[in-house]
Amino acid sequence: MTRFARLLPLCALVALAACSDPFGGSGTGQTAAPGSTADPSSVAYFQQTVGDRVLFPVDQAVLTDGARATVNQQAKWLTANGAYTAVVEGHADEQGTREYNLALGARRATAVRDQLVEAGVAPGRIRTLTYGKERPLEVCSEEACYEKNRRAVTVLTAGGTS
Amino acid sequence: MTRTRVLAVLASTLLTLFSAPLHAQTGQGPLRIEITEGVIEPLPIAIAPFVVEGNAAPQLARDITAVVASDLEGSGLFRPISETAFISQVTNFNAPVQYADWKAINAQGLVVGAVTVQGDRITVKFRLFDTFSEAPLGEGLQFTGTANAWRRLGHKVADQVYSRITGEGGYFDSRLVFVSETGPKNARQKRLAVMDYDGENQGFLTDSQTLVLAPRISADGSEVLYTSYATGFPQVTRLDTRTLESRPLEGQPEGMTFSPRYAPDGKSVLFSMAVGGNTDIFSLPLSGGERKRLTTAPSIETAPSYSPDGSQIVFESDRSGSPQLYVMPAGGGEPRRISFGQGRYGTPVWSPRGDLIAFTKQNRGRFHIGVMRVDGSEERLLTASFLDEGPTWAPNGRVVMFTRETAGAGGEPSLYSVDITGRNLRRVKTPGAASDPAWSPLLE
Repeated sequence: MTRFARLLPLCALVALAACSDPFGGSGTGQTAAPGSTADPSSVAYFQQTVGDRVLFPVDQAVLTDGARATVNQQAKWLTANGAYTAVVEGHADEQGTREYNLALGARRATAVRDQLVEAGVAPGRIRTLTYGKERPLEVCSEEACYEKNRRAVTVLTAGGTS
Repeated sequence: MTRTRVLAVLASTLLTLFSAPLHAQTGQGPLRIEITEGVIEPLPIAIAPFVVEGNAAPQLARDITAVVASDLEGSGLFRPISETAFISQVTNFNAPVQYADWKAINAQGLVVGAVTVQGDRITVKFRLFDTFSEAPLGEGLQFTGTANAWRRLGHKVADQVYSRITGEGGYFDSRLVFVSETGPKNARQKRLAVMDYDGENQGFLTDSQTLVLAPRISADGSEVLYTSYATGFPQVTRLDTRTLESRPLEGQPEGMTFSPRYAPDGKSVLFSMAVGGNTDIFSLPLSGGERKRLTTAPSIETAPSYSPDGSQIVFESDRSGSPQLYVMPAGGGEPRRISFGQGRYGTPVWSPRGDLIAFTKQNRGRFHIGVMRVDGSEERLLTASFLDEGPTWAPNGRVVMFTRETAGAGGEPSLYSVDITGRNLRRVKTPGAASDPAWSPLLE
């Protein structure tokens, strides 16, 4: 329980805007990113230049080649910026039951986590979280939106390993 | 609605209502609806305005009568005849019934009632008559409750009428817990709410600060089990409906837990936990005791639901490559697949009668609520839409309620109910967008 509780205040230190979401960032990408993309050690750089999210095909939780390359870059950044830990949020599109999508989101988040660990990030620095279909990024009911909602977002938090 | 009001509403449901026969007379006429045959023409029934006795307010009597009529009409099995067509007026509860007058307007049944008030207590008594047999159907009964429970007294009468004519249990004196939703689709706020089965007496159990999902109500209505993101991570949580205090389910492993369900005896719960991307089903005694892992496959196992005798569990698993329904012994063990149709199956819920399993089915871009026998045979789809999901059973196992969500950027969920014959699809009255209904058993 103490591990859970710690996330929120830490998040508040990192990015006030991102904390307008009470869950410590839902990966909607609409919050202002701290720092400048010109600074390679900034959260903004991680989010925009490295890429904080990967997308999944329908019903899939296996990383595509492109997704794996993105996650490897995330791992590289995390290795270089040891002050951060990460929560990987898994999401699903609305085409599925609430309950199944929770499990599917967990599977997607784990796929990213496993690849981060594979690429050298200490397992203790990464937690996984599923939102199922509860936090869509795009709101239309078409594949153009669904493909952006089937995602795993690596959300940075400041602090040592938990 | 204020917190105080919520408590008052909940407290009213805790009342003990007693019933006492008015007469020993019984009659078993031919007045009968066989639900299983599928009712196409609702039965015409006359519900005489309940008689005001003593100093009861006439409006109260009218309101209680209206609850009885609304319940019976809403079941799709009855058609209350308009009062303007009545030939006889019932002004005395004990007056002999003028059967000819009721037969003349084709009333197959007649409900006569009376309302009395004594201090804070209301008493409603009623009799049901089979007009064509010219005989009472069952005994007269009376129910007593406090003033704020007046709707429940109407529901109790309607349950009796429904039950005597169909031979099935009623479902009107029941509550729903559900998720009330506000805000745009990409920033939805959710809070737990409760209401009577017909959408009245609504109140909130949580605020909208914390994401909450899929509540279940305990058999006695004293507690709700749901998934809360209060810690930032999904966690099965218990809420006391009297104090509105919530706490994480004790004894659950640290991790992401969701999809809780009470055992029929209320003494233990099932839930799912995701570990390393693998979701499995666990059982946990509520009074403390050993947690048991019931599934171990590397696939997703979730959405468990007990059979009413507690001996088996139906759940969904994608071990075959797509989500399908399986049944296993309550203590775990080799599951048996029961869904074999086209498409994906999820959220199975065992009927309180034990005879059917309701489920969500996704096929060719459409969602359905369906039922099948517990061995998987005789699958029937009851609904079809862009997104129907999450069925919950009426206490009598004859009606299911579910979430229907509309498509697009402005898409919103609402609650619908449908008879297990597939008829009588109705939108349930809620103050705003609503999802994840969970139907209580009949109240005591």
